[in-house]
Amino acid sequence: MRALIWIVEDTWQATVAEAAAHLPADADVTLLHVADAEAEGVVSAARHALLGRPHGAPRAGVDPLPAISAQAAQELLAEALSSLGRPAKLEARRGRIEREVVAAAEGMDLLVLARDGERERLGPRSLGPPARFVVDHTPCSVLLIWPDDAPALATIPAPPGGGAAPPPPASR
Amino acid sequence: MSDGLALAAALVILAATLAAAVSRARYMSEAVAAGGGAVALVAVGAIGLDRAGDALRTLAPTVGFLAALLLIAEGARREGLFEALGAVMARGSRGSPRRLLAFVVLVAAAVTALLSLDATIILLTPIVFATATRMRTRPRPHVYACAHLANSASLLLPVSNLTNLLAFHASRLSFARFAALMALPTLGVVLVEWIVLRRFFAADLGRPRRSSAQPARPRLPRFALAVLALTLAGFALSSVLGIAPVWVAIAGAVALNGPALASRSANPVALVRTIEPGFLVFILGLGVVVATASANGLASGVRDVLPVGTSLPDLLAIAALSAVLANLVNNLPATLILIPVAVAGGPGAVLAMLIGVNIGPNLTYAGSLATLLWRRALRAEDSDVQLGVFVRLGALTVPAALVTATVLLWLCLQV
Repeated sequence: MRALIWIVEDTWQATVAEAAAHLPADADVTLLHVADAEAEGVVSAARHALLGRPHGAPRAGVDPLPAISAQAAQELLAEALSSLGRPAKLEARRGRIEREVVAAAEGMDLLVLARDGERERLGPRSLGPPARFVVDHTPCSVLLIWPDDAPALATIPAPPGGGAAPPPPASR
Repeated sequence: MSDGLALAAALVILAATLAAAVSRARYMSEAVAAGGGAVALVAVGAIGLDRAGDALRTLAPTVGFLAALLLIAEGARREGLFEALGAVMARGSRGSPRRLLAFVVLVAAAVTALLSLDATIILLTPIVFATATRMRTRPRPHVYACAHLANSASLLLPVSNLTNLLAFHASRLSFARFAALMALPTLGVVLVEWIVLRRFFAADLGRPRRSSAQPARPRLPRFALAVLALTLAGFALSSVLGIAPVWVAIAGAVALNGPALASRSANPVALVRTIEPGFLVFILGLGVVVATASANGLASGVRDVLPVGTSLPDLLAIAALSAVLANLVNNLPATLILIPVAVAGGPGAVLAMLIGVNIGPNLTYAGSLATLLWRRALRAEDSDVQLGVFVRLGALTVPAALVTATVLLWLCLQV
């Protein structure tokens, strides 16, 4: 079995722990991180929006952004590998996050990812746009994990048009 | 040369200058287009030598002021101010992306107000990106916050935006009076931005990080901070002391760069490059080109459209029209076009115009809607930016910020 674990900065510990618990011992595992080119794009677009200013290379004394994200990604992948506790290939990509994840999932049997939406609003928004896209388009099965504890059944609202009033949402 | 022909010539050169600036063409820099265009207009008699000289004399102090401000920002960078701010933000936010966003909004507003929008975009935004990335939170909301605050927090002081500097001399306001009138509008706009950014990027900001290592205690560059504080105090007291604020800026620039130059830790050639000589030529040329157009009928055309009263509806109309014009021709040309007309309406009209030209560019990431469309047509756009995200964010903040700032300005003008 070939499994891809997509790790994201704020939820990687939970993703790696769940993957370690659920993946079979003989699985061929790859850890994936995608650096967000959009944020870098905003930085350079804002610079280009300054009318009439020189638009050559970034100013001396300012680190190039791709180098910063590449280093952060390597550190994150190394930490995730040691916390996974088994051999795995490491893959660092950069670009549009959701598209890179789907591309990396080609030929895989399973993709493990964490929800990236708003935990307080269970429903369509509990998946953010990147995870939504990945879940919809990934060419393999998906293991979607809760980065925190899974919600209790009591968080489900009453069916419309009658029934008991919904219990108050669990506070965090 | 007839007025109509002179106006047409000036508008063609203005369009060519903007095209050069927007397309970032290698064969024609915007400085050459603006400077050469200005010389051509004088040569064909579209503007008299004396009037062109007047335009240059009005702009010269502004350009000198701008050069001094660029040097202050560069000195602050060399002293490590921006790294220190990054460390302050990382430590203060204690792993929470929401708290980091609040810090970014505050710091970007302060850097913009004091060191100008250029400093926020060129020097602070990369630091914010690095801070968020190293904190392992998504950098997206924080760099969008910088890009937005660089425009919307640039209302506060005459030095916060080149548009303000251009209007400041014409408005005849003192530095302190300008700041006093713009303080509440700036506060209102920053609050609007913060509220919208928090909601807009809720999914990116939701999860506090289980904090790992506490970031290192920042080493604040005391000398740079002291010079900046003294410069700000000098600006505030300039009218009481009877000194033009430009001299305060020059003193600040010398204090921050002189020691490094003397000890040879700063390179004089690199320093000249930081004052962006091409950009200064571009502004002077643009000023002459717009003055030609204004003198030959553009100003009277603008006068027919732009109200010059100080009632709330008038101020709102001025801000809205200025925002539209900034999106058609970019905010520097828009400011140059609007100043002669807005000045007739007094300080209130000038400040409402600035609210429009400063906040309006947030509608897109390209500085103006026209630039964006043009770049996309030329396929010179920044393809990594998702246009939809920026435009939706702009649509949520720009109208609310324009109305909030203008209403608060109107209130401040009543006292």
